[in-house]
Amino acid sequence: MEEFIGKLPAMDLMRSEQMTFVQFIIPVESAHRAVSYLGEVGLVQFRDLNAEKSPFQRTFVNQVKRCAEMSRKLRFFKDQVGKAGIKSPENPVVQPDVVLEEVEIQLVEHEHELTEMNSNSERLRQSYNELLEYKMVLQEAGSFLFSGKNHPVAEERELDETAYSNDYVETASLLEKEMRPGASEQSGLNYVSGIICQTKVLIFERMLFRATRGNMLFNQAPANEGIMDPVTSEMVEKVVFMVYFSGEQARKKIRKICEAFGANCYPVPDDITKQRQMTSEVLSRLSELEATLDAGIRHRNSALSSMSLHLPKWTNLVRREKAVYDTLNMLNFDVTKKCLVGEGWCPIFAKAKIQEVLQRATYDSNSQVGIIFHTMDAVESPPTFFRMNKFTNAYQEIVDAYGVARYQEANPAVYTVVTFPFLFAVMFGDWGHGICLLLGALVLIARESKLSNKKLGSFMEMLFGGRYVLLLMSLFSIYCGLIYNEFFSVPFHIFGRSAYKCRDTTCSDARSAGLIKYRDPYPFGVDPSWRGSRSELPFLNSLKMKMSILLGVTQMNLGIILSYFNARYFESSLDIRYQFVPQMIFLNSLFGYLSLLIVIKWCTGSQADLYHVMIYMFLSPTDDLGENQLFWGQRPLQILLLLLALIAVPWMLFPKPFILKRLHIERFQGRTYGVLGISEMDVEAEPDSARALQHHEDFNFSEVFVHQMIHSIEFVLGAVSNTASYLRLWALSLAHSELSTVFYEKVLLLAWGYDNAIIRLVGLAVFAFATAFILLMMETLSAFLHALRLHWVEFQNKFYHGDGYKFKPFSFALLNDDDE
Amino acid sequence: MYGFEALTFNIHGGFLEAIVRGHRASLLTAADYNNLCQCETLDDIKMHLSATEYGPYLQNEPSPLHTTTIVEKCTLKLVDEYKQMLCQATEPLSTFLEYITYGHMIDNVVLIVTGTLHERDVQELLEKCHPLGMFDSIATLAVAQNMRELYRLVLVDTPLAPYFSECITSEDLDDMNIEIMRNTLYKAYLEDFYRFCQKLGGATAEIMSDLLSFEADRRAVNITINSIGTELTRDDRKKLYSNFGLLYPYGHEELAVCEDIDQVRGVMEKYPPYQSIFSKLSYGESQMLDKAFYEEEVKRLCLAFEQQFHYGVFFAYMRLREQEIRNLMWISECVAQNQKSRVHDSVVFIF
Repeated sequence: MEEFIGKLPAMDLMRSEQMTFVQFIIPVESAHRAVSYLGEVGLVQFRDLNAEKSPFQRTFVNQVKRCAEMSRKLRFFKDQVGKAGIKSPENPVVQPDVVLEEVEIQLVEHEHELTEMNSNSERLRQSYNELLEYKMVLQEAGSFLFSGKNHPVAEERELDETAYSNDYVETASLLEKEMRPGASEQSGLNYVSGIICQTKVLIFERMLFRATRGNMLFNQAPANEGIMDPVTSEMVEKVVFMVYFSGEQARKKIRKICEAFGANCYPVPDDITKQRQMTSEVLSRLSELEATLDAGIRHRNSALSSMSLHLPKWTNLVRREKAVYDTLNMLNFDVTKKCLVGEGWCPIFAKAKIQEVLQRATYDSNSQVGIIFHTMDAVESPPTFFRMNKFTNAYQEIVDAYGVARYQEANPAVYTVVTFPFLFAVMFGDWGHGICLLLGALVLIARESKLSNKKLGSFMEMLFGGRYVLLLMSLFSIYCGLIYNEFFSVPFHIFGRSAYKCRDTTCSDARSAGLIKYRDPYPFGVDPSWRGSRSELPFLNSLKMKMSILLGVTQMNLGIILSYFNARYFESSLDIRYQFVPQMIFLNSLFGYLSLLIVIKWCTGSQADLYHVMIYMFLSPTDDLGENQLFWGQRPLQILLLLLALIAVPWMLFPKPFILKRLHIERFQGRTYGVLGISEMDVEAEPDSARALQHHEDFNFSEVFVHQMIHSIEFVLGAVSNTASYLRLWALSLAHSELSTVFYEKVLLLAWGYDNAIIRLVGLAVFAFATAFILLMMETLSAFLHALRLHWVEFQNKFYHGDGYKFKPFSFALLNDDDE
Repeated sequence: MYGFEALTFNIHGGFLEAIVRGHRASLLTAADYNNLCQCETLDDIKMHLSATEYGPYLQNEPSPLHTTTIVEKCTLKLVDEYKQMLCQATEPLSTFLEYITYGHMIDNVVLIVTGTLHERDVQELLEKCHPLGMFDSIATLAVAQNMRELYRLVLVDTPLAPYFSECITSEDLDDMNIEIMRNTLYKAYLEDFYRFCQKLGGATAEIMSDLLSFEADRRAVNITINSIGTELTRDDRKKLYSNFGLLYPYGHEELAVCEDIDQVRGVMEKYPPYQSIFSKLSYGESQMLDKAFYEEEVKRLCLAFEQQFHYGVFFAYMRLREQEIRNLMWISECVAQNQKSRVHDSVVFIF
């Protein structure tokens, strides 16, 4: 046995990679290169040796700041490129390697250029807007004036250069031309015209009304075009207004109010010819400005698009550099200040590679001194590292969601790959639904390369991440569906003809008296004739219930066996003798025996009542079994099993803590003869290293005993409750098949009964929606959750500690994910 | 909400209380302040803050940073959080949240009116206003010439309108009566807020009455100290004190006749809760009084989080965040002006 297990091929996924604690001593001149090479390899997890220092007290803080500044610029560019609507090219130009310093200079230049262009175009845009507004005011206000023409009032034009706060030469000159000493101020009825945001009109009017105590007339008309805000580049709806009032005081107030509301006032000549002249002047200026603006935008776009070619490359570079400096910040200077000392974890298989990379770094940076790389002992437990592929990754995620495996502990993901989809399928057995799921999974897998680059929504991302889980789940549910003979709850005669037939040709008593069996059993799965018969539910329930118990007992036994392999691996014979053996005996003497009875009952076709057998095995084990006897010698066997189970409980409860106590005392006595002082010396030599973490082993007997007691009680009670918990397989499977029957019979068949195309169509639609949303989505989710629970609780609590921590290497390949 | 708020509070207030407690967890701690105080440049401060909740607000600021930018962005975060909570709030919480901003509104009104009096640019003044105390027609304040106009033109639309009934005069505005206006408004506001909280009842009333009383008493002390040596008469001074709080009514009478800081001290030391504040100060000193009051306030605000099912946490959170922004402003100023020795002078640690 021992030999056989020893000879088994190594299972990568079963146990974490062998990790080792390593120390680097890197000369300062080659440090950057070495770390960035290590980042490319991506198999070293550095320990932060400066944890007590705040970020800006670290050595490379300036470089980190520079990188942060550069990434800020890059974000700015990206934002600008995005706003300008330029698509970044699919495959960016391959450039020779760029150096950070060069990029930094380029970035500064580009930013300068871009901000200048932006401010230019903003200025232009502003004056353009003003002209546009003026044009609108001229158009709209003109119509106000002419509608009021028949009133013989000498209107006075109001100039408002103070309210017109912008100081651009071209527009200002435009205004000056308007300042002719034209109309007289005889009547005292003045007006101010201007333009204001639509949202503010109401409150603006109210304010004007209050300020002038109602002595004013307010005309407004919506402008026919929106105006683009130069800062946010959003379109703003504006309204042209014209206020008539009288008096100098009122004018001052109105002007102030206009100013306060950000309303731009523009003068409108009351003479129609002048107005025309103004309009044409404004229009010509507008078209000029438009041309300049367009040219500016073209220029800017071309600059941006040339920039966008480099953008991904630069972003990548900056991100890498920042990561390198962040890592360098985790290293310590040694006493001479000429070397950096780093510590970290790496898998043993990567040591050669790391060594080679470090040599290359020394060589490339022309360093006189090589990099020292050696392994050290660590008290801390190493991180857990499994090498994944895209298939196993999702299953490992399912396990990690519960807890990351302790270092070198048996990894349940190995079994989860198969058992998880299988238990799911037991609850979701329907090959029609299975095919739907399969199609979905295949679509996801077929578009894998396309989807993996894209940013998906949270729901899609979850689906996509679990595509291989989905694939196996669907395959298994097709398999289970074939066994249950369910296809959207319709039975099929796939594997031959049914074993049953009616008693006579009319088949009138099929429902009451039942069918008769006339040939060999249906070769695979459930006979289709069960469907719709009176005894369908009792038959299927009994089948599924027993099956659930068989599956559950098998999986729990697997869990306990894994605890044996764990104990063997960690060479703890104590756990094997006082935990594994009694647990095995306890579970199998009760529920293993039940499984045996089930199998025997299936094989022999006996009528024995298993409830009765199990219950009276405890209540009166010596009584005669009577008609419930399944095999010879059942009663003595039951008594034996019961005794074994009773013995197993104290067996797993008492010996272990006492033996631990004895061992501890022995070790403590032995220590007086042991090697002295070695650990203490090390601690003094390197106070910062991981070895300094003192390992205190205080033995507290009462704590250990209580712990053991909790575990034993949990196992004993758990054996019962976990077995019962596996009955959810039956319950969910029942619920699924009943639901799909309801939708099929009460919706689809009912609608089909009518001879009306519309009702049939509606029925079909309802059936399709119910199938898609309730059966395919909700039921998948619930079956998934229950399968998850069976794995996390019922299976993993037998052996899995899950208190390790994940190996998080410093790797450039992993960088992209967490930044965006 | 009559003693049984635990039964029903979570129906409307549970979500937001959770949110505000989450926000509270992101307040800077003493360790953060210690790190911030060690910063050499404003960039260091930015770098440290980028690891906190302020990160997203500061990350896109170009490097030569100014104190004003830091404060502006930090305030922006507070305002965003406030607006988010206000959007989610139902009555009466939404009214309660609005009450919190009225103080800023009063300050903004006073700022603009004073500014226009000294012929400052309105736009420039608007930038200085606290964003929480903004209202639609705030810029129009510049139009008003006297109190009556101020009220009739602008403030009648704002929630401050009822508070104005006491100070409508036709006098032209000047520094003195603006200051009196501010204090009258504040008095009316605090009393109104106090009444509102009493109306809410339950733990809210209990906790808020403590916090607001403290606020009222602090204002009373400040008014007294600031009005020593001015032409404000004793009766006028007394009119500015809010009509609730620990000092009301006997303390107010004594404060009204105080002629110097030591007399104020004498009055205040009769009240045990304030004894500890004044015992920290040496005689004749009023510089550190502000800090002492702030420290006491922060202590009380933090205690508001100890109890559940009341609205006081919202008030407390907003105040704590404002204190944090004041701290950040002080630290940044000290760092920017190379006055690092004074950095601890006015920083009030929250946790």
